[in-house]
Amino acid sequence: MRISDRVANTPPSGIRKFFELVEEKEDVISLSVGEPDFAAPWAAREAGIDSLERGRTSYTTNRGRRDLREAIAAHVRRYDLDYDPAEEILVTTGVSEGMDVAMRAFLDPGDAVAMPQPTYISYPATARFAGGEVLPVPTSPENDFRLSYDALAEAGAAEAETLVYCYPNNPTGAVMPEADLREVAEFAREHDLTVLADEIYAALTYGGEHVSIATLPGMRERTVVFNGFSKAYAMTGLRLGYAMGPPEAIEAMNRVHQYVMLSAPTTAQYAATEALRSCDDRVAEMREAYNRRRRFVLSRFSEMGLPCTDARGAFYVFPQVPPRDGERDDEAFAEALLESKSVAVVPGRAFGEGGDGHLRVCYAYAMDDLREAMDRIEAFVREEW
Amino acid sequence: MDERRELLSLLLEDARTDTADIARQLDLAEEEVEALIDDLESAGVIKGYQAIVDWEATDRDHARAIVELNVELDRETSYVDIASRIVKFPEVNSLRLVSGEFDFAAEVEGDSMHTVSTFIADRIAPVPEITQTVTHFIMTSYKERGIAFDGDDEDDRLSVSP
Repeated sequence: MRISDRVANTPPSGIRKFFELVEEKEDVISLSVGEPDFAAPWAAREAGIDSLERGRTSYTTNRGRRDLREAIAAHVRRYDLDYDPAEEILVTTGVSEGMDVAMRAFLDPGDAVAMPQPTYISYPATARFAGGEVLPVPTSPENDFRLSYDALAEAGAAEAETLVYCYPNNPTGAVMPEADLREVAEFAREHDLTVLADEIYAALTYGGEHVSIATLPGMRERTVVFNGFSKAYAMTGLRLGYAMGPPEAIEAMNRVHQYVMLSAPTTAQYAATEALRSCDDRVAEMREAYNRRRRFVLSRFSEMGLPCTDARGAFYVFPQVPPRDGERDDEAFAEALLESKSVAVVPGRAFGEGGDGHLRVCYAYAMDDLREAMDRIEAFVREEW
Repeated sequence: MDERRELLSLLLEDARTDTADIARQLDLAEEEVEALIDDLESAGVIKGYQAIVDWEATDRDHARAIVELNVELDRETSYVDIASRIVKFPEVNSLRLVSGEFDFAAEVEGDSMHTVSTFIADRIAPVPEITQTVTHFIMTSYKERGIAFDGDDEDDRLSVSP
């Protein structure tokens, strides 16, 4: 079979290779996932079950059920975001699909898509599939992996058409405080960038309030905000997200969405509406649990001499690998750790340039597992690295 | 205050967590955690720490009953007076004043249904203020204090995901 150049030239995800290594071993404690350990709140699951019992198994409107869009509009007011459910919200099959239709709707062949590095693994491929070119914008541990005006300028992002990012960040756990966000907004306005702001982890911000770039002056009209149910409501498998932006942007995205997806999963839409309606308390409990684990893991890494940046969001920390023979080799570290102690963490280079020398460690695990994993990593660092 | 609340929710989840781990999770020094726990205990907020046991999983016979108690008050006798007599029995595991059809809900424990029913008949029913008792033996317990007994908490996530 002939495979397109576009696909043939896209390397498989770096995570995939590591996944295969981990699958070969038994009794591994894995800190390598990108999803919550909780199940979706029961009220949301029950609403999904109820919709099935009532036979609600047809397509919904392309944009998603009206009551869900209205619930979304009400929900995001907590972030000072104000979107019209009729024209400015599109319900998608996860943020992944939302991002895909956005890039297809907004990019022309050869358009440059600026993205901070390290980055969530899907953006480069999604941009390329849509005909765009990736323009990496390095971020560094010295600046807690935040994006800045200078970083954008130095990377040549002035030439880009689009900026895509995820804050709170996967893989680093970084957040963008308002002051930093203002710099990015200034750059985007000066250079007329469209901003695709993936805020899927917004609800998992610790010790501060999440700020959306779309709330800054002159940004609403050039920004599409993405959010969803996977992380905050522990509903990854239900595949449901949403995009919010000015009417013309959502209309363009919907034109792609209506042909390639028709509508997001119906059962998930019922579950999600209930999640927004009644599950805030559950989200708060989960956030508190993550925050306790976050502090635990940061403290253990600091005690064992693996410095971490100030990870105040999502459920990841991104410690630096201790040097060996003058080199911080994240892949060798992760493989040796897996081999010797059966603990899986993801080598940072899977997230692109700038991820080298780091490990993505997810703390969405029960405390007992985290404790055991940290004990093993500590022993590994002390005895074998 | 927020630290006390977080400490409480952590202890409610697992009271056996060791102090050093609690300190890491709350970003406090170990001594601070110990002092906070001392405070909570001496202020009477924390009354004790106990294991949650699924008796069906043990080889020991065990019986529990929920007992509805109706009482008659008079000028000299209040709910507290009656309650303070009943709580003295070690067989009474919990005692709560409740709204609705009856006054108190007691939980009574013993080695067998016979022991429990004898205890209720011989020691509780004869208390002068108690006008009526209705005993419900617990047949099976599915969840106690937030812990479900079905053990279905398997982590079925992929070992690595983006």
